[in-house]
Amino acid sequence: MITLNHYLILSGLLFAIGLVGVVRRKNLLMLFFATEIMLNAANLAFAATSSYYHDLTGQMFAFFIIAVAASEVAVGLGLLILLYKKYGSINLDDFTIMKG
Amino acid sequence: MITFAFYLFAVLITGLFLVTVMSKNVLYAMTSLAAGMVLISGLFFILGADFLGVVQLIVYVGAVMAVYAFAMMFFDLSRDVKERHDNPWLIFLLGGGIALTLVVMFAAPIMGEAVHALYPPEEGATNPQAVGLVLFTKYLLPFEVASVMLLVAMIAGIILAGKKMEISLSAMDEDILPDTKENA
Repeated sequence: MITLNHYLILSGLLFAIGLVGVVRRKNLLMLFFATEIMLNAANLAFAATSSYYHDLTGQMFAFFIIAVAASEVAVGLGLLILLYKKYGSINLDDFTIMKG
Repeated sequence: MITFAFYLFAVLITGLFLVTVMSKNVLYAMTSLAAGMVLISGLFFILGADFLGVVQLIVYVGAVMAVYAFAMMFFDLSRDVKERHDNPWLIFLLGGGIALTLVVMFAAPIMGEAVHALYPPEEGATNPQAVGLVLFTKYLLPFEVASVMLLVAMIAGIILAGKKMEISLSAMDEDILPDTKENA
């Protein structure tokens, strides 16, 4: 029998994977992929909580998270294209302009 | 049967997302991310959130991944990405620790049984009907705000990516296309 805890543990695991990706990645496009993983983990937790407590609020928040993720991708990729036009690279190490 | 499906999906999603995070190839990372999102929508269907599963399929796998695929054409990503890592184990420790802290923080109300159902689904309504009833009554204002936000994001995307679109970046340093250089 699958309980809510199973889903929450899976969601936490996926969130940890996404966070490791955010900390680890230096390529900005790959960093965006990792943020998508984190958003999906949150969505899964919301849907599981909504299902097991018989409450639709969790699903509503999951919808708004999907809307936020879609706009984040649109704006983020626009900024990424501008960065690439300016520096010719999307590697975070190439944007280091402060030398210490 | 549901138990088997849950464990199958859980293992596959974890593996695919690990490929996304660890792979050096952008195309592999993007494909495994799309596959993982399809399987997450499968978990939504198991949970009875049919409409959310369909939205996940259409918006994430259909729209967001297509936008990523188009964005890949702007960047030179055919070769493997090179990333410098000073201390790989510290990254895993930090990432796992921060994620664990956040999960404990947000799971604490559930452990304390302080979660009450505010909007139970209507009796006899299918999932999309119940979602529509709540979305267009209680959450109407956030819904409209989200639509304005999507409009703003669309305009921002057009403005940011569409600037100086007539100058070809990839043909700039090559002599294969002299016409582009003259026009630029």
